[in-house]
Amino acid sequence: MLTVSDLSVARGGLPVLSGVSFALQAGEALILRGPNGSGKTTLLRSIAGLQPPLSGTIEGTDRIAYAGHQDGIKTALSVEENLGFWASVFGTGKIEAALEGFDLLGLKSRLAGNLSAGQKRRLGLARLLVTGRPVWVLDEPTVSLDAASVALFAGAVKTHLAGGGAALMATHIDLGLPEARSLDVTPFKARPEELGADEAFL
Amino acid sequence: MRALIARDLALAVRAGGGFGLGLAFFLIVVTLIPFGVGPETTLLTEIAPGILWIGALLACLLSLDRVFALDWEDGSLDLLATAPLPMEGIVTIKALAHWLTTGLPLVLAAPALGLLLSLPAPGYLWLFLSLLIGTPALSVIGTFGAALTVGLKRGGLLLSLLVLPLYVPTLIFGAEVARRGADGLAVETPLLMLAGLSFGTLALLPFASAAVLRVNLR
Repeated sequence: MLTVSDLSVARGGLPVLSGVSFALQAGEALILRGPNGSGKTTLLRSIAGLQPPLSGTIEGTDRIAYAGHQDGIKTALSVEENLGFWASVFGTGKIEAALEGFDLLGLKSRLAGNLSAGQKRRLGLARLLVTGRPVWVLDEPTVSLDAASVALFAGAVKTHLAGGGAALMATHIDLGLPEARSLDVTPFKARPEELGADEAFL
Repeated sequence: MRALIARDLALAVRAGGGFGLGLAFFLIVVTLIPFGVGPETTLLTEIAPGILWIGALLACLLSLDRVFALDWEDGSLDLLATAPLPMEGIVTIKALAHWLTTGLPLVLAAPALGLLLSLPAPGYLWLFLSLLIGTPALSVIGTFGAALTVGLKRGGLLLSLLVLPLYVPTLIFGAEVARRGADGLAVETPLLMLAGLSFGTLALLPFASAAVLRVNLR
């Protein structure tokens, strides 16, 4: 579903990771691990197509639904309108299942600006369900979620995997997904001398 | 695409959306002119087309920093960029939404304000037409400027400095159409130039805006 081979990514012109390769099949989840600043976000943004990689190839970009640190929620629109917008952008049009999956049915006509941080995050994650895309690329999906919402999210990921989807995420907490593989990005750290040549050239 | 324009229009009329700000600014600027230059009708008549065009241009400028900045701040721009919409389409829709919420109200209000500046009778039609043809170019050029400055905190002033020089040709031909129209002269040449500018920017600038937006999202 998603194949990454020999990928090198840079942030602010400096290479942060190099030689990253992995493949994700249907029904698989891969969790990226690594300390702060190790390049997880940069890697995920590159895979989602938001920034061009330095080298390497990514196959399956058009199957990705990306969720970053920010949820892209419009505070002046209601929960229903927010989800409905993404549903029509992705051409799926159905939001009921997503509202139910993240326990948002009771909040559906509430203005998104009045939601708590955790509820906003749930709305942001519910967007993944309305995209109808099989590969979820998630950056710290559980930030500001309480234990019950984390369980809700883990359940949604399990359902997604069981339905033939795949998930790639960076997270620091244990989601309780026994089948998930994990990948530590620390060994792929780009060596400082790799940028020497470029800088000298400039 | 249709969902994006519907969302942007809905956001514009909701709380904090800024719909009508440009129009109110235009009204106030044009009302201030007689206070500044005096109530002498002959003088006002002479400067009316230019004042109305400059007022409309400044009012357009006022709301440009919202075009991408709000979507960038809350992360929607990243999500839109990964959605199945071409970036060129997104920037065109953004420019269209800006024109519908800022440019079009100005076009409709301008003839009424012409009355305040005692614009001569033949001028109303040409003022209306010149703004109708010229303001889309202002929105498209402005969207390009907004794409250049997205991600900069307090980028509004820089945006104005970048965009105002690019507005000069549109202002020259637009105000010329209105002035010649008011004086009862032939307007064909400046009108064609103005239309050419609008169509030209509309055809080319979305590609440039999309390219700079991609760079700014990195």
